[in-house]
Amino acid sequence: MMTLIRLFLAVALTGAAALHAGGELRFAIRSEPKTFHPAMVADENSDTIRYLTHGFLVRANRHTQELDPELAVSWKTSPDGRSIRFRLRTGVRFSDATPFTAEDVAHTLRALMDPELRSPVADSLRAGGRNLDVVAHSSHEVSVTFPKPMAGIESLFENVAILSARSPLKEKAVLGPFVLAEHVPGSYLLLKRNAHYWKKDKRGRALPYLDAVRVEIVQNRETELLKFRRNQLHFITNLEADHYSRLLAENPAWVKDTGPSLDVEMIWFNQVANAPIPAHKKTWFTSQAFRRAISMAINREDLCKVVYRGHARPAVGPFSAANRQWFNGSLKPHPFDVKAALKLLEQEGFQRKGEWLVDKTGQPVEFSIVTNSGSRNRERMAALVQQDLRAIGVRVNVVTLDFPSLIERISRNFNYEACLLGLVNVELDPNAQANVWLSSSSQHQWNPNQPTPATPWEAEIDRLMVAQATTMQQSKRKAHFDRVQEIVWQQAPFIYLINRNVLLAVSPELRNIAPSVLRPHVYWNVDSLELSGRTEVSRR
Amino acid sequence: MRTGAGMKGARRVIVVVLLILLGGAASGAFLYRVPYDQQNRESFGAPPSKEHPLGTDELGRDRLARLLHGSRISLLLATAAALLATAIAGVVGAAAGHFGGWCARAFQVLVDLFLSLPWLFLLIMLRAILPLNVSPVVSLAITFALLGCLGWAGSARVIAAGVQSMHRSDFMLQARALGCRPSRLLLHVIPNLRPLLLAQLCISIPLFLLSEANLGLLGLGVAEPMPSWGNLLRELENFHAVSVNPWVLAPAVLLVTVVGCFHILLSGKESHA
Repeated sequence: MMTLIRLFLAVALTGAAALHAGGELRFAIRSEPKTFHPAMVADENSDTIRYLTHGFLVRANRHTQELDPELAVSWKTSPDGRSIRFRLRTGVRFSDATPFTAEDVAHTLRALMDPELRSPVADSLRAGGRNLDVVAHSSHEVSVTFPKPMAGIESLFENVAILSARSPLKEKAVLGPFVLAEHVPGSYLLLKRNAHYWKKDKRGRALPYLDAVRVEIVQNRETELLKFRRNQLHFITNLEADHYSRLLAENPAWVKDTGPSLDVEMIWFNQVANAPIPAHKKTWFTSQAFRRAISMAINREDLCKVVYRGHARPAVGPFSAANRQWFNGSLKPHPFDVKAALKLLEQEGFQRKGEWLVDKTGQPVEFSIVTNSGSRNRERMAALVQQDLRAIGVRVNVVTLDFPSLIERISRNFNYEACLLGLVNVELDPNAQANVWLSSSSQHQWNPNQPTPATPWEAEIDRLMVAQATTMQQSKRKAHFDRVQEIVWQQAPFIYLINRNVLLAVSPELRNIAPSVLRPHVYWNVDSLELSGRTEVSRR
Repeated sequence: MRTGAGMKGARRVIVVVLLILLGGAASGAFLYRVPYDQQNRESFGAPPSKEHPLGTDELGRDRLARLLHGSRISLLLATAAALLATAIAGVVGAAAGHFGGWCARAFQVLVDLFLSLPWLFLLIMLRAILPLNVSPVVSLAITFALLGCLGWAGSARVIAAGVQSMHRSDFMLQARALGCRPSRLLLHVIPNLRPLLLAQLCISIPLFLLSEANLGLLGLGVAEPMPSWGNLLRELENFHAVSVNPWVLAPAVLLVTVVGCFHILLSGKESHA
């Protein structure tokens, strides 16, 4: 009899812990979203809320890295690459039950193009400063025409959240899986299930499975970790390596290393012609041999091992291997070779004078590297680079500055010598990096806003970037961008250091997760996520 | 209630502790000849061992060597900054207290201005406009010189008040009655300011130690690879590391001990007075 009762209890408890629809998913963001208007999103936290609440025509599948149809069931681009025609999903309704039609898509795109709105989302949709044309052919067919050919035209719509043309709620009427229900500034945002969400699972059950998502605002990483360990949060993205190791020691089931991310850390030298730095230093910084020698004197494996506790990979170029479509697999990181670095420098006229290196005019080789204060990883990397470069007789002064002062120096007065910073890659397509590579761009960090390219290789990069952006053939685009990566590897305007791995902490209660190296790493398939078991029980 | 003799004994103990710490900081780096900046990348974050009595930091550098060098740097330069601040405070405060009138009013405005400045932001701002390509030693000197140049106002106000009260004392009254000129009167004032200046110096040292620690914690203090108590304290940001490796608390213990000793010493002086 006792055995039977035990068996019954065991079955009952298993049942309680099994998968069930509903529940509240909880995770944290660092600070308040700056906007809830989907057309005005420019920061990561606002993008989180947009991702969870709004509907899009297409969306990149974080697993296959291909575009998935969402509100558009299919699309067709014109042979000249100037226009795209979407066939839209029928029977879809906004969260306030207003029907979704082609007029909503047209309304959204016209609203984005409105100069009064100053939407950052619209920048990528404006070709050569001119607006696009949008025509609703029927209630479920819409075409968009650009003033000039646009490669990868369909991926431009990945960040365009569709607004309702007719709903009195305006941008608050959404097509995504959740609706913003409550916002306590500085504390949390509560998103509730959208009863009118269009997606269903394979068995015909309405998605999302979750009842709600609570997005807490937690500035401190230690607090976030504590909340996760107390089961108050279901996952943490972008864990620090130290935190990862700590959780790994406590429970290996909590942590996941999903491999190298798209983000890259790098150093660049100031090559601005009128920068207020000594002329002999400008000569070093504009020398390809000098930049390559510095790159070869840096031990990237040590950066990965010491700073990231092994959870990083030596970086090769603007994209890591995580970008399967665009990464140039024929390139390898610059080798760590002190002798070869010294040889390159000797060929350029540098020589050792005692412990230190001097240039051909006898000037000691010394420069400063600026980085932002408060980033322990960057400060550690700078200290390691400082010691590495000492081995070739180069004296490096590491200077940490508060972020506004750093931006002032690297973007406005150019009063700096070298800078160590990171580049966050959100999108896979190289068009998203055009502002970094075009010599006329203000984001061309080593020498921005050039009226004409300062060097032949920058002119060649300009040509290739324009060619890949206007070529419709994918293989040609890939060839052009592969060549860009090769030039960047040879010339080393950016000395790429590492790609850090995406480290995650995920509660075992969270099911159907498919962690991705692309952002958002965990909740990209939020409508399929499920929770099991009771969530209030502390793990410790 | 503490007796006078007991207080005197406590002060002696405090002075001895401070001297030991100062002596240790001054000589330790010479006795323990391990480079503070040598990275051992195969042994980072290592626990205490025979080779590394306090273990190694996150870059594999000997923690004891960094603590000894950092203590020397922090104590020496905080004292230098306090001397600078006290010297400025002495000159400005004595002039304002002695000459009075428009000089005292201008002084009052200047002191109010300096005391109302958000010094942390001012330090960050000044540091941001300084030249970048300076060696860590120069950067260190600049950091403490800035602290000294910005931290004199409080002391100056106390000194000015001390000089004014001195002017009302009997010996000054007698000197004036005998026809002593104001410039000659100042010669009588200055030697009598010594205890006040000494007290202000003792107040300023822990203040500058804590200021440097604040800057260091923000990553805006002494530049790599130089150690100081401020940047050594950054290891405490990782709460877990503290509980697992309690020896990372060593710089915090030293900082608290030194600052505490100075405060007890000063409170002892106040009660004695």
